Amino acid sequence: MDELDNLRRCLLDELAGIDEPAALENLRVSALGRKSEITQRMKDLSQLDGEARKTAGQALNRLKDEIQGAIDAAQRRLAEAALERRLAGERVDVTLPVAFETTGRIHPLSQTIDEIVAIFGEMGFRVAEGPHIEDDFYNFTALNIPPDHPARQEHDTFYLPEKPDGTRKVLRTHTSPVQIRTMLTEKPPIRIIVPGRTFRFDHDATHSPMFQQVEGLVIDKKVHMGHLKGCLTEFCRAFFDVDDLPLRFRPSYFPFTEPSAEVDIGCRRSGGELKIGNYGEWLEILGCGMVHPKVLANCGIDPTEYQGFAFGMGIDRIAMLKYGIPDLRIMYESDLRWLRHYGFVPLDRPSMIGGLSR
Amino acid sequence: MKFTLSWLKSHLETEADLDTIVGRLTMLGLEVDGVTDRSKELAPFRVAYVISAEPHPNADKLRVCVVDTGTERIQVVCGAPNARAGLKGVFAPGGSTIPRNGMVLKPSTIRGVASNGMLCSAFEMGLSDDHDGIIELPEDATVGEPFARVIGLDDPLLDVKITANRADCLGVRGIARDLAASGLGRLKPLDTKKIPGRFASPISVAIADPEACPLFIGRYVRGVKNGPSPRWLQDRLLSIGLRPISALVDLTNFMTFDLDRPLHVFDAGKLTGGLSLRSARSGESLPALNGKEYALESGMTAICDETGVISLAGVIGGDSTGCSETTSDVFIEAALFDPVRTAATGRRLNLQSDARYRFERGLDPAFVFEAMEIATRLVLDLCGGEPGEIVVAGAEPPWQRQVALRPERVASLGGLAVEEAEIEHILTALGCGVERENGRFQVALPSWRGDIEGEADLVEEVLRIHGYDHIPVVPMSLDTALPRPALNAAQRRAGLVRRSLAERGLNEAVTFSFMSSALIGAGNQTFFGEVKPELLVANPISADLDLMRPNILPNLLSAARRNADRGYGDVALFELGPQYGDDTAGGQRDIAAGIRVGRFSVKQWNDPGRNVDVFDAKADALAALAAAGAPIENLQVTADPPAWYHPGRGGSIRLGPKTLLAHFGEIHPRFVTALDLRGPAVGFEVFLDAVPFAKSARQRPPLKLSSLQPVERDFAFLVDTSVTAEQLLRAARGVDRKLICDVRLFDVYTGVGVPEGKKSLAVTVTLQPVEATLTEGQIEAFSKTLVAQVMKLTGGVLRA
Repeated sequence: MDELDNLRRCLLDELAGIDEPAALENLRVSALGRKSEITQRMKDLSQLDGEARKTAGQALNRLKDEIQGAIDAAQRRLAEAALERRLAGERVDVTLPVAFETTGRIHPLSQTIDEIVAIFGEMGFRVAEGPHIEDDFYNFTALNIPPDHPARQEHDTFYLPEKPDGTRKVLRTHTSPVQIRTMLTEKPPIRIIVPGRTFRFDHDATHSPMFQQVEGLVIDKKVHMGHLKGCLTEFCRAFFDVDDLPLRFRPSYFPFTEPSAEVDIGCRRSGGELKIGNYGEWLEILGCGMVHPKVLANCGIDPTEYQGFAFGMGIDRIAMLKYGIPDLRIMYESDLRWLRHYGFVPLDRPSMIGGLSR
Repeated sequence: MKFTLSWLKSHLETEADLDTIVGRLTMLGLEVDGVTDRSKELAPFRVAYVISAEPHPNADKLRVCVVDTGTERIQVVCGAPNARAGLKGVFAPGGSTIPRNGMVLKPSTIRGVASNGMLCSAFEMGLSDDHDGIIELPEDATVGEPFARVIGLDDPLLDVKITANRADCLGVRGIARDLAASGLGRLKPLDTKKIPGRFASPISVAIADPEACPLFIGRYVRGVKNGPSPRWLQDRLLSIGLRPISALVDLTNFMTFDLDRPLHVFDAGKLTGGLSLRSARSGESLPALNGKEYALESGMTAICDETGVISLAGVIGGDSTGCSETTSDVFIEAALFDPVRTAATGRRLNLQSDARYRFERGLDPAFVFEAMEIATRLVLDLCGGEPGEIVVAGAEPPWQRQVALRPERVASLGGLAVEEAEIEHILTALGCGVERENGRFQVALPSWRGDIEGEADLVEEVLRIHGYDHIPVVPMSLDTALPRPALNAAQRRAGLVRRSLAERGLNEAVTFSFMSSALIGAGNQTFFGEVKPELLVANPISADLDLMRPNILPNLLSAARRNADRGYGDVALFELGPQYGDDTAGGQRDIAAGIRVGRFSVKQWNDPGRNVDVFDAKADALAALAAAGAPIENLQVTADPPAWYHPGRGGSIRLGPKTLLAHFGEIHPRFVTALDLRGPAVGFEVFLDAVPFAKSARQRPPLKLSSLQPVERDFAFLVDTSVTAEQLLRAARGVDRKLICDVRLFDVYTGVGVPEGKKSLAVTVTLQPVEATLTEGQIEAFSKTLVAQVMKLTGGVLRA
């Protein structure tokens, strides 16, 4: 069977030299196709007989299988080589820069308001709102600040033009008028917070003619100053994320609360830096007190049956304290560099379960 | 309210140190704003005696001194020319910090000679710019004594914030009284002994307007000699920043700050006839002590002699009757002027004075006659003279009041249980008369506490003196473990819109509710309608913040301009905030507005970049509407933008024919130019409150999922250029609302192959078979219907 051996060696040699699919196909046709030597020999088998035919047939089949296997292997080898060439050719410079961050930023004031709502929401407060252009009644008179009250002068009020009847609208100097509007329309128990824009005639390094306040109001039958302390202590500790943040309640005066208090939180001032925490120094942060019986009566709530507390603080101020924002006025400047530096990514929506530390 | 510690101690007998007093004041509600205490900083520096001063062996200009510090003898090398034996100077020991430069002294060797500490100059102590030599103290100065005490710098200055209710604490004595009530010392008695008058007053007093003043008294003192005040009085005034003038002037200032009792001393020689108090008449004027002349109006309270107005009651004295060096007879006036009128007068004249500040907050009505005796005594002590009899018009008004306090209210309102005996003790200490009656206290208020009106005030007084610190912290409780939602649907929706817009690359701005009325129009052009006079601020902080904004866009565009000025011309900003249609509560609406200016994207290796266009604004508006829950599929877009947009590149979005939800478009080029903005600018406004709430947001309609493959077919139509994409899309969608699930416009073309006046609009229509796969025949039939329908409704023909 030297002839078959020769054929085998011949074909395998040829196969080993093939390096492209077309040549392989040609070889397959010439080696195994209808006109191939192997096919011819298969046909010729019929001329043999008996044992010889059987032996020769088996040898031919073995050869055919072997060549077919070798062609398949070569096919895989070529495909693999082709893929390698393609991969090599498709190489890109993965250090090319891409624009992956295309979102804008949420203003720190909005984020802070969301944080405030998240905290007070856990304590059962609901968000109430009110108009910025107010009647004198809601901004002053109903809050126990009659026209000749010295406290009015301290409010540096913006006015709109006088009307024929002598009245004039004011830009609310605090969010407290929403207390009045709420108490006039809702029955106790009441538990609201009122974040929003407020306006005072003041423009210098630490004052902006427009700023943001949040008001709180709780009206119920048995709520007292201890609850006020508890409510604000928990708020400040949660907001500033300082578990042992000390609060100091000092007697103070607001026409619409009695007793009244100002609240300081613990801090440290060193090297021009202010740090919030239990460090022995104090920083004033908000005003509060028990709602004045006259205010309750002004709103049609019986002060012998109901009582409650109210508080107010500057959102700008606590945002600046929490996030180390040094200047108030730039908050309203819409400077893109500032917005991107101090702003928050939109999906970062504050919640108590997620924590309020950023 | 400023005063020094020694001034306070002239009224308060106390052992308490400064820190204790400061702490107590703050916790009494008399917030200490600041304490200037030079003695603390100067504490290490003491009087030292120079025993010997020998020339330095290695330096001509230095001396080696041995000083006695009172506790030891120390060698100091000193370069001062006046360093000599026998001098008493200021010694700074090693380890002390030199006030002027913050240098910490260390033992050293100067040119081979050991030196410990330093003899100081006034410059080094931070007292003056004199550094020619070391300080020389008087010979009787005690060695070892703190240097600050020797020169009188050991009296700390306190600055206390007095709240509007505590009129009684606008004098040092009132503050001392509160401290004494809190148990921090004893209030010293005040010498109010009556000084008998020796002659009938040549000047009478009368009140023509009793409502303006219930009590007006005066006293003539003759034969006085005016001159500089004594040292103690000058020091008091200087310590709080007042300039001493003359004894007669200084003593009234002193009475104001010491006893909270402003009064006036006239030069009696300059008065003509008796004094009367009446309402001023318009046309009258007063040349005042401050050198200014004030035009008076009816309603202001004037003190007059026969020549006319000589003083403005409770506000300022007149120039013509003031005291001078030559004054020999004086008339002291003390009165109770109506707080409201005094305040109104001061406001009308824009005139603030220490007297007005006190009168408008209310003075102690029972402290007029006593004050007159004290003032008389001061005049006699400082200037000599002979006192006349006091003349009186009106009478001390009734001030006696009682307020009931149920002792349990301290706990039920204040949250702190205080024993009844303690309550009684506190109220008594505050000057109240306390009587028990049926389980409650009947509290008679002192004359100086006009601010206390009701039970709640008394609760505060008890808590204030007992200490707010003792009120326990009680957590808020809820009836249920879970709170109700804090936000209503509109508030929740606003939050979604805010964060959606930021997700789209817009940065959130918060701009003023004010804007410049000039930006409502520019030149002769109005962009944002007419300025409504009712929205103009009567007292704007500046001319460019004079209007409550009727629209947010001008503020955002101004912000873009500011950013461009800083070199950042590509701006994407939005604001979710109010705009004001009128001055009513209903006129204020919350709007989501945004702008994009300059480039939408900057060129990168894989993106040529492009400028913003109207369709960016439209996409922003639709995204905001989608976030707000508007039914996006049913919205209609029309090419009718308001005047502040490009008339051909802007539009409005409505739900049905009436409900306007949004505007968008390219900002009118004239407005862009007026703002000096470069580059294209687009904007949008979404009226959140106009978006209806979904009827049932919770329950979604059942979802029908087809197992059949959707089919897509493309069509290109030639239509008149006036036909809008919306018309074509609407026509196509309407062909079979069940079968068609999407019609997408993928090409808009004019140019070669399209006749003049026409455009080609190409759409992909997606069909979602419901029951069975569509056959070619069915699709063919559908296509024919669609082409016919589009032709019927838009005149469009299928492009060959």
